This record gives sequence, structure tokens and C-alpha cells, in this order.
Amino acid sequence: MKKIFFSLILMIATLQLFAQDNGVEMADSLRSNGKIYVVVICIVIILVGLLAYLFTIDKRLKKIEKENHNSK
Amino acid sequence: MSKTWWKVLGAILVLYSTVGGLLIGVPRLAILNETIRNLYFHVPMWFAMITLFSISVFYSIMFLLKGEESYDTRAVESVNVGVVFSILGLITGSLWAKYTWGQFWSFDVKQNFSAIAILLYFAYLILRNAIDEEQKRAKISAIYNIFAFPMMVVLIMVLPRLSDSLHPGNGGNPGFNSYDLDSRMRAVLYPAFIGWSIIGFWIYTIRFRIRSIENKQQHN
Repeated sequence: MKKIFFSLILMIATLQLFAQDNGVEMADSLRSNGKIYVVVICIVIILVGLLAYLFTIDKRLKKIEKENHNSK
Repeated sequence: MSKTWWKVLGAILVLYSTVGGLLIGVPRLAILNETIRNLYFHVPMWFAMITLFSISVFYSIMFLLKGEESYDTRAVESVNVGVVFSILGLITGSLWAKYTWGQFWSFDVKQNFSAIAILLYFAYLILRNAIDEEQKRAKISAIYNIFAFPMMVVLIMVLPRLSDSLHPGNGGNPGFNSYDLDSRMRAVLYPAFIGWSIIGFWIYTIRFRIRSIENKQQHN
């Protein structure tokens, strides 16, 4: 009984090693595939920034057009 | 400059640099990995910013020579657009730094000095709002702008090269050579520079047109 228990403990102890061997699962998807997703986020930042900027300009232009329309 | 062809040219160049930047081959470098492709998106932001600030200085000088109000409006609007590009450059740069240098902001000389250069232009925009009298405001801000431009160039391009920096092209070796910039990369990077500058110039013309209508309305 003691022998079985002892070998069981040793087997459980090795599980940890297996886990390390397989690589601990972490949220490192941004670093996968040669970090290509960093480039993707970079492009998204630029596009979102410029599009948001264009929308604010468009809003301003609409306001001016409205005022012009009212004054005429 | 109200024709359409150069706007189409800018759009085509930007589209080409985006697609080409993601598909055309790049050197295989450790740590950088695929993020080397960020070169086609992060660096053109700064290039467009410098183009817009140069336009601004040109019109500030023109204002001081001729004293026409529209030159002052042109100078302000190009700074307004240039600041947007510089912020995009700073954010994409710190994202890139996170995955290659380890931190979003590692207080590198390049990062610090470019942030200060942006603050210089924020000061320009805020200073203008502090002066009510139109002629005085235009004159003072034109002179400020002419001084801010060389300071910006020194802060972004000269000072980081004089000390150790993580940023490529600095710390003793100017230029792009540390990137192993080969002909394939040049074929994408240079069109990207031109394309993004044209897009920035386009946004500036739109802003200028809006501002001139607004000014006209206020005078009526």
C-alpha cells in the first residue's frame, strides 16, 4: 500500500514537469506568427485615428453648410 | 490644387504601400520578426508630419513677408493636421516598442524628445488662442512657428543621435542601414512616404477650405 501510494505521489510530481514541457499557456497571441499582429494593430491605430479625424472634419463641414443654408 | 489626380495618386500610393507592406518579402531579423513591416506605417507618419510642418513654416514666412491673413490660416491648419500625424506616429511607435524593446514607454531619448517636440506644437496652438487681436496673433505665432520648426528637427533627428538610443538609426549610426533596408523595402517605403504626405496635404486643404468659409461667415 505504502509502495503504491509512494509511486503515485512521484507520478503526480512528474505532472508538473510535463506541464512545463508542453509550454505554459499564456495570453501571448500578439507575439505569435512572427508578431504580425503588432503590425495589424499598428495599421488599425492609424486607420481608426485618421477615420475618426475625417468624421470630425465632416461634422464641422456639415455644420457650416447648415449655417450657410440658413443665412441664405 | 483643386484637381483630383493628386488625391487619387496619394490614395493609390497608400493602398500600394499597405498591401505591398504586408505581402512583399522582408529581411528575417531576430526580435523584430514580422514587426519590421511596421516601418511602412510608423515612419511615414513622421514623414507626413515633417512635410506638413514644413508647409506651415513656408506660410508663416509668407505671412511675415506679405501680411495676408489667409497665409496665417494655412500655417495653422497644416500644424493642426501635422499634430494628428505626430500623435499617430507616437502611439504606433510605443506599441512597436512594447513588443521589441519590452515596454510601451522606456524613456528612450527618441521617445522623450519626440514627445517634447509635439508639446512645442501644442504650445503653438494654445498660444494662438491666448491672443485676441488678429494681426498680433498672426505675427507672434508666425515667429514662434519659425523658431519651433528647427527646434523640432533638432529634437527628433539630431539629439537622439548624440546619445545611446534603442531606436534604429540612432546611437552613433544614422540612417536606415541598421534595419538592413534592402531594395525590396525601399520599393515600399518611399512610395509610402510620398503617399502619406499627399494624404496629409489633402486633409490640410480640406481644413483650410472649411476655416476660410468660417472666417468669412464671422466677418459678415
